[in-house]
Amino acid sequence: MIYLRLFLAFVQIGAFSFGGGYAAMPLIQAQVIDTYHWLSAADFADLVTIAEMTPGPIAINAASFVGNQVAGILGAVVATVSVALPSCIFVTILAIVYQKYRKMTLMQGVLATLRPAVVSMIFAAGLTILLPTIFRDGVISFAAGDFKIRSAIYFIVALFVLRKWKPNPILVMLGCGAAELIVQLILR
Amino acid sequence: MPSHDKKHMLRSLFLSTLYLSAFTFGGGYVIITLMKERFVDKLHWIEEDEMLDMVAIAQSSPGPIAVNGAIVLGYKLGGFPGILVSVLGAIIPPFVILTMISFFYSAFKSSFAIQALLTGMRSGVAAVILSVVWDMFIGVVKARDAVLLLVMAAAFVCNYFLHINVVLIILAVILIGIVRTLLRGRKEARS
Repeated sequence: MIYLRLFLAFVQIGAFSFGGGYAAMPLIQAQVIDTYHWLSAADFADLVTIAEMTPGPIAINAASFVGNQVAGILGAVVATVSVALPSCIFVTILAIVYQKYRKMTLMQGVLATLRPAVVSMIFAAGLTILLPTIFRDGVISFAAGDFKIRSAIYFIVALFVLRKWKPNPILVMLGCGAAELIVQLILR
Repeated sequence: MPSHDKKHMLRSLFLSTLYLSAFTFGGGYVIITLMKERFVDKLHWIEEDEMLDMVAIAQSSPGPIAVNGAIVLGYKLGGFPGILVSVLGAIIPPFVILTMISFFYSAFKSSFAIQALLTGMRSGVAAVILSVVWDMFIGVVKARDAVLLLVMAAAFVCNYFLHINVVLIILAVILIGIVRTLLRGRKEARS
């Protein structure tokens, strides 16, 4: 049943994304692309783009979007509630325990060890967005037709601008989009 | 607290988290700062110290930080009804926005202009993610902890090359973290 599958996928995403922000991305990718094939890699890249442009946590954005795409508005409700459910249980317990003991050394120690793993998994998820953006089929190859030179230029310029001036990321993304739109209008 | 006060407080809690969630771009850390501004500095419902502890709980728990923040806040201010109200407030804006976008997505995708825009933006998103990853990577390297570097390398190999389930990797690292923290605690107790 589709609702059960949405529930199982998004409960896992909610329960195992530690560290906020992009930490949910590798989990969303694993469930939504690799396990259930609900989105293509290109759709996933669009989803991350849309999530960046809109307010709200990426996990909630992904749940609402994927739920809708797969099973309509009810699917979206199921997916969104599922992704928030582990938080509701875990944080409530932690808040109660914390009121009593006021110490979280173990929790913080675990989190410190988890952070490097999360970094490398976000990196891996970033690569699966970057490679198909720059190379046809996501396989590194500089042969004509395989290498999308415009996308590579936008990427390098965007990275440079981000590192050098630390602007609002949304502006950088819009800049890349506008550049491609202008080029395609000229080429048409 | 008299019941009309409580009702008023719940409504205010709901509207606050709804507002914060609807207008906060840039993820959990930003929304937590705004929560502090509103509930500590403006409304004086929570003490500063307690808010810092609540932030620590929200950040160390799994799940979206904005939702976690809404839960600790809701629980502190209104018990279980408070949790319900504040979580709904945090979820509704992104839910409504993404539902609308999803509804128009197939039409979106066939539009020439949107297609070109999204194609270009993918390069930008990749740059934003890798830039964030770089900062996080430097943070881990600066800790000068061999075990953490090893965990980072091993997690990458397991995830990217061996395609091992992300959940399994996280569970394994949690186990390593527990063992390390307990061993360190014992060492400190002895010295």
